[in-house]
Amino acid sequence: MTTTLLDPTGELAPLERQPIAKPATLDGLTVGLLDISKARGDVFLDRLDALLSARGVRVRRYKKPTFTRPAPIPLIQQIAAEVDVVVEALAD
Amino acid sequence: MQLPEGIIAVVKQDCPTCVLVDPVLKEIEAQGLPVTVYVQDEPDFPSVARVVDDRALEHSFRLDIETVPTLIRVTDGREEARAIGWARAEWQALTGLVTLGAALPEQRPGCGSKSVEPGIAERLALRYGDVVMPARRLDVPPLEDDVEFCFERGWSDGLPLVPPTEERVYRMLQGTTHKPDEVLGLAPPNHAECTVAKVAINAVMAGCKPEYLPVVIAAVEAALDPAFCLHGLLATTWFSGPMVVVNGPVRGAIGMNWRGNVLGQGNRANLTIGRALQLVVRNVGGGRPQEADQSTFGTPAKLGFCFAEDEATPWTTLGEDRGVPRERSAVTVFSADGPIGVADQKSRTPEPLVDSLAGTLRAINHYRLANAADVVIVVGPEHGRVFDEAGWSKADVAGALHAATRIDGHDLGMGTDKDAPSARPQGAGTLPKFREGGIHLVRAGGDAGMFSAIIPGWLMKGSLGTDPVTREVST
Repeated sequence: MTTTLLDPTGELAPLERQPIAKPATLDGLTVGLLDISKARGDVFLDRLDALLSARGVRVRRYKKPTFTRPAPIPLIQQIAAEVDVVVEALAD
Repeated sequence: MQLPEGIIAVVKQDCPTCVLVDPVLKEIEAQGLPVTVYVQDEPDFPSVARVVDDRALEHSFRLDIETVPTLIRVTDGREEARAIGWARAEWQALTGLVTLGAALPEQRPGCGSKSVEPGIAERLALRYGDVVMPARRLDVPPLEDDVEFCFERGWSDGLPLVPPTEERVYRMLQGTTHKPDEVLGLAPPNHAECTVAKVAINAVMAGCKPEYLPVVIAAVEAALDPAFCLHGLLATTWFSGPMVVVNGPVRGAIGMNWRGNVLGQGNRANLTIGRALQLVVRNVGGGRPQEADQSTFGTPAKLGFCFAEDEATPWTTLGEDRGVPRERSAVTVFSADGPIGVADQKSRTPEPLVDSLAGTLRAINHYRLANAADVVIVVGPEHGRVFDEAGWSKADVAGALHAATRIDGHDLGMGTDKDAPSARPQGAGTLPKFREGGIHLVRAGGDAGMFSAIIPGWLMKGSLGTDPVTREVST
């Protein structure tokens, strides 16, 4: 059964959570590339890595053990601590 | 709701009295009166011809049934008479059948209606009643934990919240006669309208019982008074947050603590009332740390700070001093940092005890800062006894403390090189450490311990900042 809760806020913001603002530029930022272990995700990320590195952007690579489960907490914490932006390759 | 003509009975099979009267209902029908039986559990149970399945309890709710069986006579669509439980004479009078139920005992009490079982009444009121709940609804996705959902939405002060379901909020609102859409004021920093419903939702999350709600509402009203300057108090880099002191009969009625560990943990009313006020600031006003709340350190007291005064002393109460007679209940909001302990286990007369308290008072904020923050001094029972035995009133003690807390020199400001001790003018007279009326005395605490607690407030006070505000607690 779905639980329905009542909004405790002043309702000045939309009900749906808003995505955080995207950075205007990648200058000086570190980009994480997260491979979720789906087939050929690495091909896409390798290309992104090459393109970003050519522009002088720092890139760090990460990999989930399996796409079938959420990322392990230590991996999430490591990514959050090390990068400013993450690109996740979702598709086959 | 259109009522069927004739006789209505509301029953459940689970009730022995309902089982007992079933043949009587059949008898009424046999006598030619139209009978409609609403059944709350087993639709096959009643023997009469016209049975209405009321397992959803809508009819029971609308008929305001508290006990089954209930017998009602309807003429021209209006209820004319009602009998509760089995009482032969009443049933005979209601139906006009003088020999009705002759074989049954004279009287049998009924059972509780399923529509008033705990948890059910709220659900029925929400489904069938005219409940206005001015708040958006959010569905927690299936398989998602509702407490985690509250954290994820950013509603929490860092501790778990009670998820504000419609039933819980409805139950909370039964604690007050205020209408849910009544606006108590504008909550800073976002100046959002703070309705009674929003206060109730946050009170649920804080863990309040419905009977605490009038105190929470009064505290919110007081905090939203422009004189309290909640916006500035929230935004300041200083430590302070709002503190609520409760006076009057409500203290005992809702089980508040004014004895041992009065400023600490362990009492639901104290802890959750203070927390509810701070959750209103966070959620309705949008005041969050490192955003509009710019406090450098904050204080654990900002999770919520609320306690009751010990009124069994010779002193006038805080509420009385501020215009609410002691037979009525009041809340007073102050700006407050954490408490500073003062130990004096030797003094048995007022003068040296005043000296002890004054020594610590002179040092608050900064030892050379005159016109410092207001203070609340929570005088413990063993210190209070020293004053009481010497016949000192609250005004006597406050006056002596003002006199004993004058400090040397000018209003020196805080610790610049220019104000280094060597640069201080000597013999330049004294200045009051506190503004007039800036020392507030409250009695509370455990029986043992010759201690008092000094609770300094926000450095900005009066027209430049905050003043304490008192509101009477109304139902």
